[in-house]
Amino acid sequence: MDELLLRELTPAVIGVLTRRGVDFATAEDAVQEALIQAALTWPDRQPADPKGWLVTVAWRKFLDARRSEISRRDREQRVEVEPPPGPAETADDTLQLFFLCAHPSLTPASAVALTLRAVGGLTTRQIAQAYLVPEATMAQRISRAKRTVADVRFDQPGDLATVRRVLYLVFNEGYTGDVDLAAEAIRLTRQLASMTDDEETAGLLALMLLHHARRPARTRRDGSLVPLAEQDRSRWDTSLIAEGVAILQKALARDRLGEFQAQAAIAALHADAPRAEETDWVQIVGWYDELLRLTESPVVELNRAVAIGEAGGPVAGLAALATVDPGLPRHTAVSAYLHEKAGDLRTAAQLYADAARSAPNLAERHHLTLQAARISQSLRA
Amino acid sequence: MAKYLLLKHYRGAPEAANPVPMDQWTPEEVQDHVQYMNDFAARLESTGEFVDHQALSPRGTFVRYDGEGRPPVTDGPFAETKDLIAGWMVIDVDTYERALELAGELSAAPGAGGKPIHEWLELRPFLGVAPTVTE
Repeated sequence: MDELLLRELTPAVIGVLTRRGVDFATAEDAVQEALIQAALTWPDRQPADPKGWLVTVAWRKFLDARRSEISRRDREQRVEVEPPPGPAETADDTLQLFFLCAHPSLTPASAVALTLRAVGGLTTRQIAQAYLVPEATMAQRISRAKRTVADVRFDQPGDLATVRRVLYLVFNEGYTGDVDLAAEAIRLTRQLASMTDDEETAGLLALMLLHHARRPARTRRDGSLVPLAEQDRSRWDTSLIAEGVAILQKALARDRLGEFQAQAAIAALHADAPRAEETDWVQIVGWYDELLRLTESPVVELNRAVAIGEAGGPVAGLAALATVDPGLPRHTAVSAYLHEKAGDLRTAAQLYADAARSAPNLAERHHLTLQAARISQSLRA
Repeated sequence: MAKYLLLKHYRGAPEAANPVPMDQWTPEEVQDHVQYMNDFAARLESTGEFVDHQALSPRGTFVRYDGEGRPPVTDGPFAETKDLIAGWMVIDVDTYERALELAGELSAAPGAGGKPIHEWLELRPFLGVAPTVTE
């Protein structure tokens, strides 16, 4: 069975039902049930018209649900069986779904869950597995999210920036389970970019493609992280890089810079260097300056200090670091790195050990502990 | 979202404001306490923030490897062990502030006299997964 096809059809089928007057939450439930039925029956025989099949089954699920609802309320009431003649669905349905599922009234986690289910066509179980929570918890998170947006009109113009942030979260933080959430985020961002004429959405897509291209080289077999400078660049996916760069160049040419375009530009400069030593750090510092101007983010300041350390030497890097909030996550790790480059190995070893203790995830802690161990060993020798 | 462990101690945490041990409560007070805990878990499930909760027996055994071909060595329980975990709840929440708020509520579970125990709970963040975009 073609699971991807099912997922691609999901938003359009929800769109058909809502255009027939079904409210979003009910339509989404009915389509989810149709998806589950498809997963059971399609492996034996895939229908000739998959979308028509899904619309029919989802509509039947909706009628079943409404019938039992009505029979609870009023056993005498007759049920309308024929679908009312609604307007034909349009490509805008899917875009409206993106807006609804990333509505600003939702918390980021709810928006992520709702987007993956209603636009991405994933089952509640798959989403729960990806985020390591029980299925019942994820089901509640989704139904609460649907209640939150229940009064939002389906045809209201939405905010592309919030949709981008949700997709970026899916890309950046989704890892486990049997669904590749990074690939799913790329699929959805591609879809969004194709429906909108917007350079920041293109920038986000470019950013994802450029990072995804490096994924094969990012981790060792044991799951440990390989720093950018040590990655085997022959394992980077050159076709993804070429696509990302082309999309980025087109977006940049419109001269309306945004945060994701600037981040993608930095990723592109890394991707462009055949060897780590050939990285154009001066240009990267320039892009960090732009990024800082756009976001005023302390995390950007921290990354900029690293870039300055590479472009102008570790002393310049440490000088830039001195103005960054020392309470930031990874500040100690950056300081350790720059101190090692500056030749102050004792301080570097101590800082790496400190950084390992406050690392936000296991892979980073392991990496930082290894750095501390490596330097301490060389100091003893 | 970030996951946090709310850790409950038999021993090792600072003393609660209402420290009367459970076996000296009235049966109704015990029932009320259990009801409060169940309601708390059910409410977290309905908000989509619940991951897991478990209680542990205080009787544990220490186990270690004793070399190739030999059965593991066991020892304990050690009466002098200062820290004894009673159970935990795992939550998945948007912010650290929300985790603090929920831990505060859980610590307000009723004890003797139906009054909040004000029990000290230990709040520990999980180590997450590495993000894709780091530079």
